[in-house]
Amino acid sequence: MRWCILNRMVQYSSSLLDASFAALSDPTRRGVLEQLGRADASITDLAQTFHMTLTGMRKHVGVLEQAELVKTEKVGRVRTCRLGPRRLEQERAWIEWYRRLWDARFDELDNVVDELKRKETLDGRNEIG
Amino acid sequence: MDATRSGEPTSMGSNAAAERTSERELVVTRTVNGPARLVFEAWTRAELFERWWAPKSFPISLLSCEMDVRAGGGYRLVFGYEGATMEFFGRYLEVTPHSRLAWTNDEGDGETITTVTFEETGGRTHVVVHDLYPSKEALDDAVASGSTSGMPESLAQLDELLVTLGTSGGS
Repeated sequence: MRWCILNRMVQYSSSLLDASFAALSDPTRRGVLEQLGRADASITDLAQTFHMTLTGMRKHVGVLEQAELVKTEKVGRVRTCRLGPRRLEQERAWIEWYRRLWDARFDELDNVVDELKRKETLDGRNEIG
Repeated sequence: MDATRSGEPTSMGSNAAAERTSERELVVTRTVNGPARLVFEAWTRAELFERWWAPKSFPISLLSCEMDVRAGGGYRLVFGYEGATMEFFGRYLEVTPHSRLAWTNDEGDGETITTVTFEETGGRTHVVVHDLYPSKEALDDAVASGSTSGMPESLAQLDELLVTLGTSGGS
């Protein structure tokens, strides 16, 4: 009855069908986002986690950075990665999707409740009559 | 609140509102034009519940719905989407007729608790659906799952497109 799982099966808001999908089309990059959702990490950490070379991971992070899904900052010799501003947009888009789902549900709930009300009125009349 | 209070008795002038109210909470509210007793009935009788829980405008269908609506009783919903099925299940924690329902969502990791309250004013019922996730991370993951793991087919199509673009690419 929760939607985080079901919404994986349901077509997602078309507003996300934009450039960021390019970044999200790769399973490693999706993994990196999930990882960064838990904690910030350096490129070295990420390369180790995903069993990749530093160069390979730098490329992936570069794609995510271009899509504004990840922000990086170099302090000394270490480049730290964290989730970027697009994450907030995604959250807003997801909540809007969730709201629309509930809107549609409540519209149909209205019909069910209307029907119950009509039925009750009829039953009431029958009892009196 | 911009819910329309006037108008036709069957007017659907009000929209549902949804908000992440804290790191672990999501809240949906909507006013339904009917007494709490009937709204509660539509939430707790399986044959009524299954008529609205999977809206027709969404590409999902409710294949089966079992609900033992009492504290400690279980529920199990089976959804279908493009040939695949998905089960949602848990147990009711609280069932207070016409005013309050709470249940667990046991299909995922950790325990998310949904609480629904029904408050009647002048023949209309204000419904509040409150989801409490086990942690900030759990709700973040739920939000992210919609965008990062979403639409496998669309992503597959996009992969194909990228391959095409890649061959003409070079930066």
